[in-house]
Amino acid sequence: MKTYERIIQLFLFLCALIAVLGVILITFFIVKEGWPVIQKVGFFNFILGKQWAPTQQIYGIYPMILGSVYATVGALILGVPIGVGCAVFLAEIAKPRIANIIRPGIELLAGIPSVVYGLYGLVVIVPFIRKVFHNQGFSILAGSIILAIMILPTIINISESAIRSVPRDYKEASLALGGSHWQAIYKVIVPAARSGIMSGIILGMGRAIGETMAIIMITGNSTLMPESILSPIRTLTGNIGIEMGYASGEHQQALFATGVILFIFIMILNVVANLMPKRVGE
Amino acid sequence: MNSRLFGETSSISSATVKKNRISEKIFFGLIWGAALITVIILIAIVGHVLINGLSHLSLQFLTQDPENMGKEGGIFSIIITTLYLAIFSLVIAVPVGVSAAIFLTEYAKEGPIIRIIRFGTEALAGIPSIIYGLFGFVFFVVLLKFKYSIVSGGLTLTLMILPTIIRTAEEAIKMVPRSYREGSLALGATKWQTIYKVVLPAAIPGILTGIILGVGRVVGETAAVIYTAGSSLGLPDSIWRPGRTMAVHLYILASEGLSKSNMYATATVLIITVFIINFAATKLMKKFIR
Repeated sequence: MKTYERIIQLFLFLCALIAVLGVILITFFIVKEGWPVIQKVGFFNFILGKQWAPTQQIYGIYPMILGSVYATVGALILGVPIGVGCAVFLAEIAKPRIANIIRPGIELLAGIPSVVYGLYGLVVIVPFIRKVFHNQGFSILAGSIILAIMILPTIINISESAIRSVPRDYKEASLALGGSHWQAIYKVIVPAARSGIMSGIILGMGRAIGETMAIIMITGNSTLMPESILSPIRTLTGNIGIEMGYASGEHQQALFATGVILFIFIMILNVVANLMPKRVGE
Repeated sequence: MNSRLFGETSSISSATVKKNRISEKIFFGLIWGAALITVIILIAIVGHVLINGLSHLSLQFLTQDPENMGKEGGIFSIIITTLYLAIFSLVIAVPVGVSAAIFLTEYAKEGPIIRIIRFGTEALAGIPSIIYGLFGFVFFVVLLKFKYSIVSGGLTLTLMILPTIIRTAEEAIKMVPRSYREGSLALGATKWQTIYKVVLPAAIPGILTGIILGVGRVVGETAAVIYTAGSSLGLPDSIWRPGRTMAVHLYILASEGLSKSNMYATATVLIITVFIINFAATKLMKKFIR
């Protein structure tokens, strides 16, 4: 009986290790495939090179790095105020009856597949921008709007639980000192919940930077340097998603190398998110 | 201290009070606005798809195979491929994920090993789907020679949904009251018997919630599937054949502008699927908490 229990424990342990094994395998194979091109071009030439011309073996992904950063920053500028505002609404203002209607809606927003967002961007947002600004419509702005919508559920859910976990005493103390409800929210509750709100924002950033299909459908995918928020861009993910379909040989390795850079971005975000204090007041 | 505080409070002029009133109004206005925008966005997107798609949705659309690159016909083979992929990845991810969750909650002691496993699970959850696509392509499709197939796609998706399954199962197992375990152990059951016969059955609704959420991810996934399971239109006659899922089909229809009516109808099927999945997950979760 004792050995039987031991065998089961070992089996369970091995299952738990599979997630770790997965991360190691993914990292290893992306780096292994991408490394030759990074080595050949040189790391800094690769990430700072302004030209992407696979047919001439020129691989520079600076425009794509900018594309990813611009689209993500744009998404945060649009999405964070709305997301945090909505979280405050749900946690502090809405009556339970209203909150119970809105919350499933946000779950639905989180569950909608990214291609559906891409479709909406393609048939509604892009034509709208084209009409207003008289340009091609595919742009950083279009990408940022759709990404902002896509990261809303992440920001709202995590911020709301952060706000809810602020001890009641904080609010009561603020009210007892004669502060009104909004002053309690603005000066006490939100600042106390800021680390939780920050980790929601960082997770949202990760989602924005990693998004592929929706962004391919609406940003125009130009490899030129972006000049304004109305310029078409190609993101790191877009670069991989578009060209994987037909790339081979060194060109394909250059896409894996793009993946390595994307991977580095995501890992940095992961580490930052892990460094965030989890509890109020830490 | 007290007298100073009260002194200050009473000396606040009526102008300050007025200014505060206005700030208060603006503040609450902005908060309401944020919530309103969120709701409007949801209604706009879901409404747009349903209004344009529901009229093209019919029984034939669901039961006919696509014809002419998907321009005509329905999405039967595509629904079946999506189901195959979901079932294949769940058959592996659920036993592995639940076992991992049991280990993490019932056996592991706090320490470096646990921290590494936690980090691995979190990192896996944060990896973008296109990276999964790249990995699945180079590892399953090319290196292991599984080609574009249900197997390659399913194994890639298995890794992708593993964190979801582990996390929800962990939560569910943790919520089983201690007294259940103590009762079973007191009756002379071993640790594993207790887990298998007492803890797991009690945790099943929570575990099911995770499974449903996993299905949701498989159904909605595009980037990781298109380069592992492929995008060929036929009905896969074995797990070694390629296929096209609903999300991939929608992507191709939309980005190549093949057929507006089929595009909206496919998007409608996707959204309704997500509706059902969310509804089932919430219902189960409520049942579990009660």
